Amino acid sequence: MADPQAKTLFDRIWENHVVGQRDAVTSLIYIDLHLIHELSSPQAFESLALNNRKVRRPDATLAVPDHNVPTTDRDKPVKDPESALQIRLLEENTKAHKIEFFSMHDIRQGIVHIISPEQGLTQPGMSIVCGDSHTSTHGALGAWAFGIGTSEVEHVLATQTLVLRKPANMRITVKGELLNGITSKDLALHIIGVIGAKGATGHVIEYAGPVIEALSVEARMTLCNMTIEAGGRSGLVAPDDKTIRYLKGRPRAPKDGDWDKAVAFWATLKTDAGARFDKEVVVDAKKIEPQVTWGTSPEDVISISGRVPDPTHFENPERREAAKKALQYMGLKPGTLMRDILVDRVFIGSCTNSRIEDLRSAAKVIKGRRVADNIIEALVVPGSGLVKAQAEKEGLDKIFKEAGFEWREPGCSMCLGLNPDKVGPGERCASTSNRNFPGRQGPGARTHLLSPAMAAVAAIVGKLADVREYE
Amino acid sequence: MRKFETLTSWAATLPQPNIDTDQIIPARHLKTVKRDGLGRFAFEAARYDKKGESNPDFIFNQSPFDKAEILIAGANFGCGSSREHAVWALADLGIRAIISEQFADIFASNAPKNGMLLITLGRDEIAELMQHAKSKRVRINLPSQIVEIEDMQVKIPFEMDPFDKKCLLEGLDQIALTLRQNAEISTYEARWEKKTPWLFHD
Repeated sequence: MADPQAKTLFDRIWENHVVGQRDAVTSLIYIDLHLIHELSSPQAFESLALNNRKVRRPDATLAVPDHNVPTTDRDKPVKDPESALQIRLLEENTKAHKIEFFSMHDIRQGIVHIISPEQGLTQPGMSIVCGDSHTSTHGALGAWAFGIGTSEVEHVLATQTLVLRKPANMRITVKGELLNGITSKDLALHIIGVIGAKGATGHVIEYAGPVIEALSVEARMTLCNMTIEAGGRSGLVAPDDKTIRYLKGRPRAPKDGDWDKAVAFWATLKTDAGARFDKEVVVDAKKIEPQVTWGTSPEDVISISGRVPDPTHFENPERREAAKKALQYMGLKPGTLMRDILVDRVFIGSCTNSRIEDLRSAAKVIKGRRVADNIIEALVVPGSGLVKAQAEKEGLDKIFKEAGFEWREPGCSMCLGLNPDKVGPGERCASTSNRNFPGRQGPGARTHLLSPAMAAVAAIVGKLADVREYE
Repeated sequence: MRKFETLTSWAATLPQPNIDTDQIIPARHLKTVKRDGLGRFAFEAARYDKKGESNPDFIFNQSPFDKAEILIAGANFGCGSSREHAVWALADLGIRAIISEQFADIFASNAPKNGMLLITLGRDEIAELMQHAKSKRVRINLPSQIVEIEDMQVKIPFEMDPFDKKCLLEGLDQIALTLRQNAEISTYEARWEKKTPWLFHD
């Protein structure tokens, strides 16, 4: 029974951050951490300067270039003049406002959503924003984190607050257990397939249940990262012992006496029994096979054992039309076995899947094997300089390079067709990133989303393939 | 910010669902440090063919919809990236209001901050509007929260966030409004720092 006094984890975090009511439905909300990158911030800083406004909390702000940094030749100047200007402006703007900046040459540089948890900046119970939709990633540590636009970036810089309506509560409970070879990426794609690309719009998702508890903190990051692909601005996992172990000793985690205080506070961050959710979904993990997308929305997802669907079989007329268009764009025929689809490029990276566990799981499959001849390019792009260093310490770089992969410098890379790493028109990419939208990885690029281990297998076979047959 | 009160215009229709921000403006055009001039990239892949010529099948290349200030779009419009460039590109294309069954959260938050009105209507109402928009202009009245079709007795009321409505009607600068609450923010900060000192580093 729903208990009217009982609160969800999100209710608690929201209440902790209400500065005041703006009107009956709108609140002024305090922001604990603001992450900044080169793409969504220049206009905010420009407007700040025009209005002669200051940054309220430089100490609660961190900047890093990630979207358009090249993943090769870091010792040389950035070739593309527009990218170089954005990176230079980020450095100048942050310097002028005394905001900490990790430069391209700092080992701590990387994708903003990788480096903040890595540094221990992302902590339970915080409100975190960034001008990037995949800010939902940070929810894996029990933080309420969401992407914002440039106007809101400026609002946070100037006031450390945002004017918001409280989102609704949604809970996704994952029961059973993940079978061998199934990762949190498969789980995330499966969930999006079940609830749809707008299934969580207007909601904060709390992921719960035995499968979520069993996931590592990094695996939870992949799951929370993909929440936005189901329409949810934030995904959350209640902090537990794994969260505390993950944070302990990280450079920006609370120190000394603060640590015990923080741990005690984090223990209060959970959903009460009987708390009411506006939407509840239960997923059975045992039914999940390795997932691959076939279309141009992350909801267009199917098991690797499946076939490209026939659009005429969709009941909803809009979905039918969308599927028809998607297959045309993807160059696929209904009924084709997913495992018969040839791949031209492979990308292992992005804020979804470029942490050390992702690289380990891909390397495990690749070890002693070779990239297939039909693959034009297979990239591994670690999420940060520190992930890269750790992987090199473990010898993973050698496994990738010996197999024929390129081992790159950290950044967003081929996820979004913005920097030099692109998928050509009509080319097909097996990608560990988060979006298969038309043109996302380059004009005319065709994207199949999958897990790092599945991307590794696709590279070896030259086709989409089932990782369970290659472990 | 430009004020919004009433608007009468031809309405372009894009019925497909899930029009994402990469379709509205591809990431490669985000390497700008300005807000203006992005209209030429709006819907780039659909609007131009491979040679860069206008695609005559795309509604924004057809008269009178090339001058449309209203867009009626399929559900989950603006999903994907948080890029406000999507709103800037649409605004630069001339769009001042968008009508859809559902907007993605971040897009819905970005649009009104640029004077763009988003109207959420039911599936049947959208279908009716899309049908009539082929031959009639659409009229939007924000103060009375009504969408009408010109020369017809169709009047569709819509819901609206009161704060967004106020900001649109008065063209308010939201940051200036919040800065007036400076004392309240400081009080909150003192209280929050006591509870979570590890989040303050000064």
